[in-house]
Amino acid sequence: MNLVTVSGPPSSGKTAVILKTIDSLKKRGLEVGVVKFDCLYTDDDILYEKAGVKVKKGLSGSLCPDHYFVSNIEEVTQWGIKEGLDLLITESAGLCNRCSPYVKSITAVCVIDNLSGINTPKKIGPMLKSSDIVIITKGDIVSQAEREVFASRVNQVNPGASIMHINGLTGQGAYELSTLLYDEKVEIKTLVGEKLRFSMPSALCSYCLGETRIGESYQMGNVRKIDMSDKKGEK
Amino acid sequence: MITVQDIQQKTIADLFEQYPFLPGFFEENTLQVNGQINEKLIDYLKFLDDEEEAENRAIDRDQLLNSMTIYISQMLEFLGEDVDDGVHSITILPGTNKSGEAEQFGELKISKSEIVCIVGPTGSGKSRLLADIEWVAQNDTPTSRTILVNEEMGDKKWRVSSGNKLVAQLSQNMNFVMDLSVYEFLELHAQSRLVEDVEGLIAKIIEEANKLAGEKFELTTPITSLSGGQSRALMIADTAILSKSPIILIDEIENAGIDRKKALDLLIGEEKIVLMATHDPMLALMGDKRIVIKNGGIHKVVETSDDERNLLVDLERMDAVVQNMRTRLRNGEIIKKEDIGF
Repeated sequence: MNLVTVSGPPSSGKTAVILKTIDSLKKRGLEVGVVKFDCLYTDDDILYEKAGVKVKKGLSGSLCPDHYFVSNIEEVTQWGIKEGLDLLITESAGLCNRCSPYVKSITAVCVIDNLSGINTPKKIGPMLKSSDIVIITKGDIVSQAEREVFASRVNQVNPGASIMHINGLTGQGAYELSTLLYDEKVEIKTLVGEKLRFSMPSALCSYCLGETRIGESYQMGNVRKIDMSDKKGEK
Repeated sequence: MITVQDIQQKTIADLFEQYPFLPGFFEENTLQVNGQINEKLIDYLKFLDDEEEAENRAIDRDQLLNSMTIYISQMLEFLGEDVDDGVHSITILPGTNKSGEAEQFGELKISKSEIVCIVGPTGSGKSRLLADIEWVAQNDTPTSRTILVNEEMGDKKWRVSSGNKLVAQLSQNMNFVMDLSVYEFLELHAQSRLVEDVEGLIAKIIEEANKLAGEKFELTTPITSLSGGQSRALMIADTAILSKSPIILIDEIENAGIDRKKALDLLIGEEKIVLMATHDPMLALMGDKRIVIKNGGIHKVVETSDDERNLLVDLERMDAVVQNMRTRLRNGEIIKKEDIGF
């Protein structure tokens, strides 16, 4: 089985891109399944089911969604193998713009959209910088110049990635993406022992444990303060 | 080929001097240099040896050095490209339509400064044709078409490179979404393209855009407050002059607030290959050829005949009548039958 992880900010068009890409993969006779990770709610699983795609969803609820992803990815992989999939795609929203639940040996796709603003590539961390393929969506509604500027900014933070433009509505570009996602020589049996591309943030403070009150006396553990003094900020 | 070893022993000042595009990379990767300009890169990056700092900044040192090396190589290659390396023509070799039947044309070569229109009902396969061109299809897309560039097998570099896209698009629903003045906007685009004479190009673009737009606008005008026609004019002038893509795909040009004939002239003047999806007779007849698409395939290729081209004069007269009525309405006048004139 092949495995691909897709992530990107909420509403960037991940599901639309994946659905259009699956259309092309199915025409090649490949069995594709999706596991959708989200935080509180998603009904994207219904969209996948409607398209005849085997799907599971996982909601992280009160847990950090990316930690939840890593804690479950092996079980998800085993599900895909049991279902006899040729290709399993995981989809997750990068909710804090920092994390990248990318695994070193697994193809990582990041989806971002032209409407998010040209400073966005700078603001997104490993989710964008360490991906193998960057998909830029919503190019049909901004000007050519803005598309070019946006793509060049993405290239500056991740020059090694393949950058592709896909229209999630018409599917233009999705066929092309589908040719990069499946390699019949690859056979994944387990992810045990594999490593993440980047560590997740270490955070354990009183608010992680359910504290709701505000004030220094309620703050324990890994707590950090904004520098409110007048001197210029550090680098 | 530049290696990580090559760059990490140099000082940042030397690197910036040698690679003038590198400060942009630092900026985009949130690396501030401040007083450390004379440090060697490897020493400057020592702050990332602190695990906590590296995690806070979410920067992996090795990955950053790798990225920087790839970026420098890419940019050097990009800047070293000869103008003559440009695209002079594309050739479409036939594939099949949705039913698997062979397409009905021998081969179609489109050269610089040529305008080819694409006609056919919605869903007939226009987008697929454009996608084939953009992907430089090599008998490896659903239509089995092959696209040659300069009459040779196309280079796959066109497929996924960010700065080297074969096709630039101008479509009806496009808008400016940035909150910038016309000047700032053009400057940003010019910088991303690493052009040398930024000021000269900006002056040229605004001049051309104002020739196309019915109502003039200034460099200080915010792009989001341009009218529909002005936006379209700026997009066309900017794409013609500043976009590196040799092929321009146009999805209709609205017949309001913009001189469409001049717009096409500008694009051909800049030696672009122009593909235009349109059903507007005036635009379609301005093309040299038109591709008729049916059932996912190219059904036929029609050359615009002299007879058809002569009709343009009549069409332009009819168009002038409607435009004239529009002006009169705007001025609060009453429209009469005589205004039609024929």
